[in-house]
Amino acid sequence: MSGMKRLNTFRRVVRTGMLNFVRNAWLAIAAIAIMTVTLTIILFSIVANATFANTIQQINDKINISVYLDDNVTEKQRTQLSDALKKLPNVRNVTYISKTDALDKYRADNANKQSLLQAISETGNPLPASLSIDPVDPSKIEDIKTFLDKPENKQLQDPQAGTSYSGERKVAIDNISHATNILQRVGIVAVALFAVISVLIIFNTIQMAIFNRRDELTIMRLLGATTWYIRGPFVVESVMHGVIAAVVSVLFIHAVFVTASSALQASSLGLLDIGYSSQYFSHNFFKLLGLQLSIGIVIGAASSIIATRRYLKFKTSK
Amino acid sequence: MILLDRVTKVYNRKSTALDRISLHVEPKEFVIVVGQSGAGKTSLLRLLTREEKPTSGKIVIGGVDYDKLKDRDIPLLRRKIGVVFQDFKLLPNKNVFENVAFALEIVGMGNREIRHTVPRVLDIVNLKGKENNMPHELSGGERQRVAIARAIVRQPKILIADEPTGNLDPKNAWDVIRVLEKINRYGTTVLLTTHNQDIVNKLKRRVIVIEGGRVASDRANSEYHL
Repeated sequence: MSGMKRLNTFRRVVRTGMLNFVRNAWLAIAAIAIMTVTLTIILFSIVANATFANTIQQINDKINISVYLDDNVTEKQRTQLSDALKKLPNVRNVTYISKTDALDKYRADNANKQSLLQAISETGNPLPASLSIDPVDPSKIEDIKTFLDKPENKQLQDPQAGTSYSGERKVAIDNISHATNILQRVGIVAVALFAVISVLIIFNTIQMAIFNRRDELTIMRLLGATTWYIRGPFVVESVMHGVIAAVVSVLFIHAVFVTASSALQASSLGLLDIGYSSQYFSHNFFKLLGLQLSIGIVIGAASSIIATRRYLKFKTSK
Repeated sequence: MILLDRVTKVYNRKSTALDRISLHVEPKEFVIVVGQSGAGKTSLLRLLTREEKPTSGKIVIGGVDYDKLKDRDIPLLRRKIGVVFQDFKLLPNKNVFENVAFALEIVGMGNREIRHTVPRVLDIVNLKGKENNMPHELSGGERQRVAIARAIVRQPKILIADEPTGNLDPKNAWDVIRVLEKINRYGTTVLLTTHNQDIVNKLKRRVIVIEGGRVASDRANSEYHL
């Protein structure tokens, strides 16, 4: 084929696809509606998952363990312990809280309990200094505990208080980190599941639309049209459905967050922090739009290529 | 132009559609293939358009040996053969002009040439003025003439017409046959299958009778009686 003929053919394929899009208006509306719904579900689950992850992160950030130091520990020993802790892979940050800091905090916390305040000022300062350790992954706090339990570290600790990672507090931390771990996994599985279901639904819709027009495909085949001359317009049509559905789904979610966040003013619905969702969505607007567009285009094109295949095959059996 | 050498087509072990058929059709011939339903006429035509592959035997059309034909060259082969079907097979979403133009678009012809060629062919089949009608707005005879226009617009060397009058009343049927004769006079080899005795007997052309998947008779200037 000459270059001119190729250009003619390419223009015709695109033009025919667009023409079919207009002529099959009802089909287009149905296909776009279904793709919009499924793409919206994908988008929503992505935003919800990001919000969950953020909430979980906030909970995890609040989990820390304190190691209470014996009053005899020197500054040098304390710095050594602090530096050694910082080198552990699961330690994000270590903060030193001196005896005075601890007392100030105790006073602030119990400002309205005169009897406690009085008792503590009469006994001098009984509160131990401590190192507050922020873990990277609260579910692996045990690593830090093991390190602190080594004899050379154990001897620096206040014999009565030890670490805060014990008893009821240990149970609570373990429960929270276990729950957040499960939630995170559930979130990822949910997004993947929605994505898979959506792909199947969209594929099925396009397959049915093409099934309805299978006679056209076989006629074109009989007239000597090449595979891509027949398939091209269907791909163009489905990609147009996908692009429109992607844009509509992003605009829809945008509208939801604009109205929701102005109505609720960053309140939260259970675990779903709408304020954060809205913020995440607007910060990543173009990334999410791009993602939706590429999902719409790829699924549209792939579905129509796969769905047309069986009607375009040549008989090979003898 | 058309050569079949001991062509056999078996769909399954129980039924043999075509049994060692040998045929030779010269260029510019007008050949009528007759036979009862199930005799193998349609199977024969489906082999010629390479919708089916023969179980055994050799087919050569216009110098193309079907044994050596690659899948990707099938469209090129089909562009050289015009085909008219009993059920018309028009594209439902395209109007008359577009249906005929489609045959030219797929070979990559330019728009100006298409706009020039299509009206002339619609004129040959007496469909001037129907360019913008959709297929469902036409009568059976008109639809079949659109299909013929589409089949001849590329000026094929061979035109295959599979019971083109099967769905038409006598007047429309004869209109279609007259068009086929006209095309044959211009130099196209025509292979026509039909049930219509009246047409066969008045045309006085070469008649090939197929019975039970075999050539029962093959005579020039023949008549046919059921």
